[in-house]
Amino acid sequence: MLNIKNLHVAIEGKEILKGIDLTVKLGEIHAIMGPNGSGKSTLAAVLAGRDLYEVTEGEVTFEGEDLLELSPEDRARKGIFLGFQYPVEIPGVSMVNFMKTAINEQRKFNNLQPISATDFLKLMREKKEVVEITSNLTNRSVNEGFSGGEKKKNEIFQMAMLDPKLAILDETDSGLDIDALRIVANGVNKLRREDNATIVITHYQRLLEHIIPDYVHVLYRGKIVKSSGKELALELEEKGYDWLKEE
Amino acid sequence: MSAEQDQILDQVTSNEYKYGFYTDIELETLPKGLSEDIIRMLSAKKKEPEFLLESRLKAFRHWQTMKMPEWSHLKLPEINYQDIIYYAAPKQKAKLKSLNEVDPELLATFEKLGIPLEEQKQLTGVAVDAVMDSVSVKTTFRETLAELGIIFCSFSEAVQEHPDLVQKHMGSVVPYTDNYFAALNSAVFSDGSFCYIPKGVRCPMELSTYFRINAANTGQFERTLIVAEDDSYVSYLEGCTAPQRDENQLHAAIVEIVAMENAEVKYSTVQNWYPGDKNGKGGIYNFVTKRGICKGDNSKISWTQVETGSAITWKYPSCILKGDNTTGEFYSVAVTNNHQQADTGTKMIHIGKNSRSTIISKGISAGQSQNSYRGLVKVLKNAHNVRNFTQCDSLLLGDMCGAHTFPYIEVDNETAIIEHEATTSKIGEDQIFYCNQRGIDTENAIGLIINGYAKEVLNKLPMEFAVEAQKLLQISLEGSVG
Repeated sequence: MLNIKNLHVAIEGKEILKGIDLTVKLGEIHAIMGPNGSGKSTLAAVLAGRDLYEVTEGEVTFEGEDLLELSPEDRARKGIFLGFQYPVEIPGVSMVNFMKTAINEQRKFNNLQPISATDFLKLMREKKEVVEITSNLTNRSVNEGFSGGEKKKNEIFQMAMLDPKLAILDETDSGLDIDALRIVANGVNKLRREDNATIVITHYQRLLEHIIPDYVHVLYRGKIVKSSGKELALELEEKGYDWLKEE
Repeated sequence: MSAEQDQILDQVTSNEYKYGFYTDIELETLPKGLSEDIIRMLSAKKKEPEFLLESRLKAFRHWQTMKMPEWSHLKLPEINYQDIIYYAAPKQKAKLKSLNEVDPELLATFEKLGIPLEEQKQLTGVAVDAVMDSVSVKTTFRETLAELGIIFCSFSEAVQEHPDLVQKHMGSVVPYTDNYFAALNSAVFSDGSFCYIPKGVRCPMELSTYFRINAANTGQFERTLIVAEDDSYVSYLEGCTAPQRDENQLHAAIVEIVAMENAEVKYSTVQNWYPGDKNGKGGIYNFVTKRGICKGDNSKISWTQVETGSAITWKYPSCILKGDNTTGEFYSVAVTNNHQQADTGTKMIHIGKNSRSTIISKGISAGQSQNSYRGLVKVLKNAHNVRNFTQCDSLLLGDMCGAHTFPYIEVDNETAIIEHEATTSKIGEDQIFYCNQRGIDTENAIGLIINGYAKEVLNKLPMEFAVEAQKLLQISLEGSVG
């Protein structure tokens, strides 16, 4: 479903991604690991359409379509979801209103009528269970005053609500205690299906104890230097990244 | 900022002002210019009692000794007062018994503005006084209200039918000596609304006045007087629009509110006068004096305003908290875009013991506009245990606009607790991207963020008005991000 070929990306003239190749198929979970500054978050942001970055070379297709031609909102409406590393606060905008707007934009894009209030509330209830949100996070303003863990849970909750085809989770595990980590991982596992896919970006191996990836890729200095099965994550945990740098 | 967002900004700010049309209707006007003769003619035309003419002339003589105030953070243009028409009225029969006698052209105008004057077409629960240029066209639901002893009519009718009430209260809150524009209004005001709620009555519907400037070269000087007797309650709404013209037009109004013991008055405004075009040409100069007095103990006055229009806004809805345990509130959202200028805020004068005031001001500036909050909290010597909370937020869109805060605090009683909070923020690109990533385009994202920012104030508006105000905010600002 996702094909990245020879992707080069620069910000303010400085090249950050230097030729990425990656193919993600339906039903798969890919983990992208790598030391800080290797370009992991840049890759996530470019896929979501952040315009701070300039694609200088290469191509990305999503379900056969040129992804780079699409606006960020159209990418979202077509089913790409980015779980943010640092979710932003939007004061005064309730989660309910925010989610309803987002869902209706998606529905409009697919020529569907806006969701009814009852259906929406039902959906909220269902998805809250998936993410084990017991508090009334959803009655508060978007991320406003949320703890780090609450923000990340809220990202997974939104992912559950929007039911994306491709979810990209950017360091969703950073700053989480072990319980929150488990909840986030459970959410991802429950949402996993044969007709969607997930890219998990992480610095640490520990998230991958809970989310079992099909493939692990190591990103280093803007390039994928190694790809393998899930056992690669363990190897990295043991040896660190240094041995790769030497290769 | 990205080229795309600039483009959206451009598209949206070049949006036509929806209410900019002009109704071609036969007018009855007085000659241009201002003099004692004009005032006498105006007063005679309205068949006013002697006391009113006298007070007009006194105000005019006083005004002539005054100078345009210069303390505001506004670039005030020279206004030629001899070049303005002070009275313009749509021609119609002297006394209207029923709606059938109202010129259909006038009805159509208000219908187009979304204010149908046929009672059966209206939202139940809202009575309207429709004012076009210098006169009131029609007041709805008068009979229904009269059954409860509530008087709701145009100011001119009140002068004829309840001269004693008018004489007693007019100028008691805003005397003609108050300021330059108050003096001008007191001399030349032509119409407006009058509302009287008798003792113990809770007004069952929202009362509203809709002001429309239509004629060219005309100033609108209306006057509103609301009197709430002991234990009464009323919620009052005010809306306004004007045609789109290249020249500026002057609007200088006075609103006075008197709240007696245990009375509560809520006054809400959605101000949408023509703001001028993208280049700052045209638009209304809005110089308004609004003030309420909590005369009796335990009374409450609450001002809520959403200010989106006018080329220049100069307006400080205020509360004199004279009685003990009185409450004054001011909730404001002021939006400026393009070349608009706003200097707005409030005054809370604490005289009574245990009086409380709350001020929530939200400024939103875009384009090359200037947006100032100016507020005074004054506590007099014998006002014990006064509390005030002020929150003053500014939101900037783009880097060509300005937001300014001028708080004045004067406290003469040491038991007072005064809190002031202020913030300035910008709509972040990261907030917009976050919304984009959830499928919400930039225009809607800004609407969402703005309405979230202004929510505390919008929540204070009556339901129908809140929806209207939300849309208005979005239209005024969509896309103007930087």
